[in-house]
Amino acid sequence: MNNTAPAVASRIQVRNLSFYYGQYHALKNINLDVATHKVTAFIGPSGCGKSTLLRTFNRMYELYPGQRAEGEILLDGKNVLSPRTDLFRLRARIGMVFQKPTPFPMSIYENIAFGIRLYEKIGKSAMDERVESALQQAALWNEVKDKLKQSGMSLSGGQQQRLCIARAIAVKPEVVLLDEPASALDPISTLKIEELIYELKKNYTLVIVTHNMQQAARVSDFTAFMYLGELVEFAETNAIFTNPSKKQTEDYITGRYG
Amino acid sequence: MEPIHTHISRQFNAELEDIRTRVLQMGGLVEQQIGNAIAALMAADTTLAETVVTEDYKVNKLEVAIDEECSQIIARRQPAAGDLRLVVAVIKTITDLERIGDEAEKIARMAVRLAAEERPKNNYLEIQALGNHVRGMVRDALDAFARLDIEAAVRVAREDEQVDREYDGIMRQMITYMMEDPRSISRMLNVVWAARALERIGDHACNICEYIIYLVKGKDVRHTSLEQIEKEILGKH
Repeated sequence: MNNTAPAVASRIQVRNLSFYYGQYHALKNINLDVATHKVTAFIGPSGCGKSTLLRTFNRMYELYPGQRAEGEILLDGKNVLSPRTDLFRLRARIGMVFQKPTPFPMSIYENIAFGIRLYEKIGKSAMDERVESALQQAALWNEVKDKLKQSGMSLSGGQQQRLCIARAIAVKPEVVLLDEPASALDPISTLKIEELIYELKKNYTLVIVTHNMQQAARVSDFTAFMYLGELVEFAETNAIFTNPSKKQTEDYITGRYG
Repeated sequence: MEPIHTHISRQFNAELEDIRTRVLQMGGLVEQQIGNAIAALMAADTTLAETVVTEDYKVNKLEVAIDEECSQIIARRQPAAGDLRLVVAVIKTITDLERIGDEAEKIARMAVRLAAEERPKNNYLEIQALGNHVRGMVRDALDAFARLDIEAAVRVAREDEQVDREYDGIMRQMITYMMEDPRSISRMLNVVWAARALERIGDHACNICEYIIYLVKGKDVRHTSLEQIEKEILGKH
């Protein structure tokens, strides 16, 4: 189906996207625009394809055999799905944070510096600045500045997740994909992540997948409701949560689904 | 009452049905208060008028109770979309219903004062006509709320133009009386206050109809002309 594109500049344009897990048709002709410096949320019941859609943006699915995408995902007018795309560069431009915090078993400092070194050769003082800046942006600096040599694993779950966000933004991506970034966290850590998302959109374009509808309502500017691999409705979050135009959307967000 | 689609949470469903039912219950009480106030004024029945005054607390109590229930639903359920609009519409509707209750009480107080005075030949027939008219509007607005009927809601809003004309007519008539017989001024002022209260009831009924349109269509039509509402909501040209 064709959906109304947000009336603002978009960073990513998805055109006629289909996705297959082997024979299974998981995404059916998706069209949507991801607005620049905004938060776009994908919501829908389990198995609706929202995580699958997110994972096509940086071709995360390529790690698994038998999965393929058709159609176009345009980043700066270039199709991400093209075989000529440099996946290494792509994943620096489109970073990702997962549901379970995944710090590397190394120091807090190295968790950030590791990623930067993959892409750039910079000196010690420049690296220190980059690490601090990333931790500042991830609202973690004040909590870890005195223990940068400690293992990233020693942090609490919420801190680990912010460390992962710091790691993702340290390589200066344009887009950050967040797959259920707060669903393993307690309510206070969740609020900190949500606050962080609000701050991050000044510099990055964010896409978030969440099961928590209230979270989507709180943090996002645009919301896409997906069901059985189709994009049912895509609109401003305000409209989706007060006056959705499709009955399926209404039923889902009011808890009448099922 | 038009049923709402069932929730996975039956408890939530029951809570939403409950606030709707209680709005209608409050509406029924308010309607009865208007009817009694008008009847008391017409029949110079001070006992009935005083009953209206003393019964107003019931309307107030219902307003507070329903408000409380709505706050709890918001806090505990975080309603969205149609559910959210229902809760918002209910909170607004009961405010207008409570004000209608206050207007009925005012009319009853005027009825007490007028009962002690000399009565005109037509026995305030014009007040009765206006009263029946606005009472009908309140009843129709509540019916529209129960059935989620936006066409009926727009019809009620349309009625208010007629009410305003009737009210203007009464005012002109009262001014004439007062000029002819200045001794009647204090008595006529009571009639003017009663007419004013009735006219305000019509306005509150209209407000309720706007909330119904918001509830059903998700469109806020306050401060919108009737023509515009009919065009946008009912698709008339």
